[in-house]
Amino acid sequence: MVTTETRRRTPTLVVGTILVVLVVLAALVSFIWTPHDALRVDASIRLMGPSGDYLLGTDKFGRDMVSQIMVGARTTLYVGIVAVGVAALIGTPLGILAGMTRWLGEFIMRVNDLVLAFPALLLAIMFGAVFGASTLTAMIAIGIATVPSFARIARSGTLQVMSTEYVLAARAAGRRGLRIAVRHVLPNISGLLIVQGSVSFAIAVLSEAALSFLGFGTRPPTPSWGRMLQESQELLAVQPRLALVPGVAIAIAVLGFNLLGDGLRDRLDPKLAGRR
Amino acid sequence: MTVLTVENLGVSSGDTHLVDHVSFEIGQGERVGLIGESGSGKTLTAAAVMGLLSDELTASGSVLFGNKEILGARERDLARLRGRDMAMVFQEPMTALNPTMQVGKQVAEVMLIHRTQRDRRSARAAAVELLELVRLPEPRRAAKAYPHQLSGGQRQRVMLAMALANNPSLLICDEPTTALDVTVQKQILELIVAGTRGSALLFITHDLAVVASVCDRVLVMYEGRIVEGGLVQDVFTAPRHRYTQQLLTFSELGTA
Repeated sequence: MVTTETRRRTPTLVVGTILVVLVVLAALVSFIWTPHDALRVDASIRLMGPSGDYLLGTDKFGRDMVSQIMVGARTTLYVGIVAVGVAALIGTPLGILAGMTRWLGEFIMRVNDLVLAFPALLLAIMFGAVFGASTLTAMIAIGIATVPSFARIARSGTLQVMSTEYVLAARAAGRRGLRIAVRHVLPNISGLLIVQGSVSFAIAVLSEAALSFLGFGTRPPTPSWGRMLQESQELLAVQPRLALVPGVAIAIAVLGFNLLGDGLRDRLDPKLAGRR
Repeated sequence: MTVLTVENLGVSSGDTHLVDHVSFEIGQGERVGLIGESGSGKTLTAAAVMGLLSDELTASGSVLFGNKEILGARERDLARLRGRDMAMVFQEPMTALNPTMQVGKQVAEVMLIHRTQRDRRSARAAAVELLELVRLPEPRRAAKAYPHQLSGGQRQRVMLAMALANNPSLLICDEPTTALDVTVQKQILELIVAGTRGSALLFITHDLAVVASVCDRVLVMYEGRIVEGGLVQDVFTAPRHRYTQQLLTFSELGTA
């Protein structure tokens, strides 16, 4: 029995994984321990520069920056998971359905194009105005706006899988629609979906930051990197550190997920699908 | 008893006739070879028999399986027949198995779909037995392998195990040995013959030697039509159609 193991460890994958693990660790540790209470306001220590006790200093309300970044990482991950979850759960079945049917498929893809025409941020602001601004509504909106990209990826993958001989063989063995979709199509396009997921994750993180900056995302006092950035605005000239810290955090998370997506794409190349 | 009756079958794409006026019968216990050059309509004929023609193609005439009409039948009725009463082995074993599923599971699934095994566990055990039947080395371990871990011949054995899982009354083999080397070819052919004793076999190939060793009767297809048919020894010793004569001249059988 021959086993061909092709493991290629690309630098993108390694760096991406490290950055993502960093964000996840910060969020997990924040549940047990943060250097200071992230929400404690203390006017006597406001706008302190970095010191031994406050590694990245304090903001204009005297809250510890490190603690805020750590707790903010939770929001960032929560946001990514909700948005990608919504997009994947709706988009994937729609895309597979579109790939397996003819007229219904055409219809789904045209509706898809319609949704694609709406900018994600606009949709989120609309949702915020209608259902009240919160992290959850913003992220559901971002998720819905991401559905088309998932549906497209899933559809193109499905079309490819449906034309393979093993699907023909499966049909010749008496398997029908749903069973083919679940046992044959889904596992064979999962690589594509994972890659799409990690890229969408990065976009969602960025969107949350943008929405919080605009005041449509996370409500105070819950720490969020986007809102930290917004609050630093007025002091940008005097205390650039306040903008720099959350800015770098956002950059790390977005870069991490993007690199992870790129690395996974190399790893899960459709031509190598099935080589585990 | 007749298992399959094909009458005046035609397959066309738009105005182009790809298969025309094809009629033949296969009785129980009979092994029929279908030979012809590439593009002569052999595979389309097989697909029409299985009800697997793609949507762009239209079929006319009649394909009776037992007493059921295949052409125009509903997909759900066809799905019930496929894999249970009629099964197919494809030419390319490298691509005919799902790369993300263990082969044992794929064999077991055929029995679970048609409920010929009660539960997952008994289907699993039956799958290992089938893999042993088709002489896959270490069947218990092989059942847990993914297709890319098996060689071409091993995969074709798995395909055969899947096809034979529910004891179909008709087995269609579409050039099952073309992609394999000669020694493996012989073993696979023996397994096919052994597996279809008492049922019917439609064997598509362009290898005359294979037909001579496997089949009782042979049909020669040329440009979408059956130009000649009869017992293997009759057709091969006294070919009537020009194409068959050419085929024999160019094959080793003709010179032997």
